[in-house]
Amino acid sequence: MQPEPHASYAAAFAPALLDPVSEVPGIVTGPRGKSAAKCYNVYRNNVTVSLIDTLAAIYPAVQRLTGADFFRAMARFHVRETPPTSPLLFEYGRDFPAFIARYEHAQSLPWLADVARIERAWLDAYHAADSAPLLPTALASVAPDRLAGLVFTVHPATRLVRSQFAAVTIFAANRGTETASSIDASTPEDALITRPDADVVVQLLPPGGAVFLACVMSGCMLAEAAAAALEDSPDFDLATNIAGLFEAGAFTSLTSGDAR
Amino acid sequence: MDAAIRPRTSAAIPLRFSLPVGGVAGTSFKPEHFAAVLDEGPQRGFFEVHAENYMCAGGPPHRMLERLRRDHPLSLHGVCMSIGGPAPLDRAHLARFRGLVARYQPALVSEHLAWSTHETSFFNDLLPLPYTKATLARVCDHIDEVQEAIRRPILLENPSTYVAFRESTMCETDLIRTVAERTGCGLLLDVNNVFVSAANHGFSALQYLADFPLERVGEIHLAGHTEQSDGDGEKLLIDSHDGPVADAVWKLFEIVIARRGPVPTLIEWDSNIPDWPVLKAEAAAAQMILDRHIRGVRHAA
Repeated sequence: MQPEPHASYAAAFAPALLDPVSEVPGIVTGPRGKSAAKCYNVYRNNVTVSLIDTLAAIYPAVQRLTGADFFRAMARFHVRETPPTSPLLFEYGRDFPAFIARYEHAQSLPWLADVARIERAWLDAYHAADSAPLLPTALASVAPDRLAGLVFTVHPATRLVRSQFAAVTIFAANRGTETASSIDASTPEDALITRPDADVVVQLLPPGGAVFLACVMSGCMLAEAAAAALEDSPDFDLATNIAGLFEAGAFTSLTSGDAR
Repeated sequence: MDAAIRPRTSAAIPLRFSLPVGGVAGTSFKPEHFAAVLDEGPQRGFFEVHAENYMCAGGPPHRMLERLRRDHPLSLHGVCMSIGGPAPLDRAHLARFRGLVARYQPALVSEHLAWSTHETSFFNDLLPLPYTKATLARVCDHIDEVQEAIRRPILLENPSTYVAFRESTMCETDLIRTVAERTGCGLLLDVNNVFVSAANHGFSALQYLADFPLERVGEIHLAGHTEQSDGDGEKLLIDSHDGPVADAVWKLFEIVIARRGPVPTLIEWDSNIPDWPVLKAEAAAAQMILDRHIRGVRHAA
């Protein structure tokens, strides 16, 4: 029995698209005696350039920090190594921050991968499901003796990115139009990313805030999350953190956790 | 279990025929133009979006599209269904496409005679296929499946291509005509694609248009292309959608409209996107040609 002929053309055509050294598939010809390689290279170029452009659109701050030539060379390696697996391009590039972290030419920019993580989280927040954020007044109706047992449902857009570097400040300075004064990159920073309405908001979390939010996101009761945050950071201030998270639209509902 | 007699249940979406949008010119919708478009208020015309850009759970893309849809007819243009690929359609992707059709009730729904996914890799380009009996049958099956899922006919777009396949046994217009006859789909005639492919493959664009089943055309695309020298003194045209429509493509468009009568016509502009007035002016130029032929029809009557 012959193999199904229809299976062959994509299998023959596809592999060389992202591999510049493999041979042009023998199943195609260049029209009118044109070299098949030159014609096939149009597809190679379309695929590679459009995917590099996709990464550039997702990671504008990274590109601004590295310069376009550096960025496009780095992105080209990543595109060839890790092409998209979904036709939804806004899902592409999830592995790019990890790639940046091990990219040998980016080792002098140790904070670059974390800036990329914030940019990826920004795009996820942008496309996340719509949901009305929980208003701060929701807390007022909770009896004081039940506060410790509260469990929050996090808004679909809410993201947390932790960094050993000043990734939030560097991100903010390179996504807007303003130019930053000098930044001490060695200060650890944690980013809260939310979308309270149409616009995505990226904020710096106060001390202990990331540990607190991570606990809340994993379903811990308020008292457990606060205890973990205090253990991490003696400066942790529960009232300030709760107020900030509500204002950022980080939650959609709350329940009394001791019912579990 | 006999699948052939068991109706594929796609429920929920009732069978629907699109509202005629008539001989109006539209443009690609680009989010950077949103504010300018809203400022103008409702205008004659329509907007086309790439379906995949709206396959997200929520956020600003849907808010913009809902707002736009309130005042304007919408054309939903799929670019990633891989109708021309050998693999079965991606059911999850088809379900997302169906969801958008149900949600936005677009006036026009279209997809490409091309493929873009192989195994697990998505290549983000409209890749070519050989034209054979086997690919013809497969394309028909895929279109049947899409139309069954969305409960309405689609318009299938002719591709721009840069290579030919040794195994091809039919010409593109024969394949497209047969697909339309077998599946009942309509056609989206991309005049720039015809011009680009004709130049690259060395066939006559006019002959292609003479062979194309114009009576099935429900939408036309116009776009800019760029010219590359391939180093041997040979030109290679690239379907780049990054500039104004070329004079020669306008001429072909006018020939098509004179023969076919006015049909919805879209100006595509996907990179180096200009300010809204520039794109709008291209659509106005298309509208002038369409209107001239509406009058022509009236005079003749």
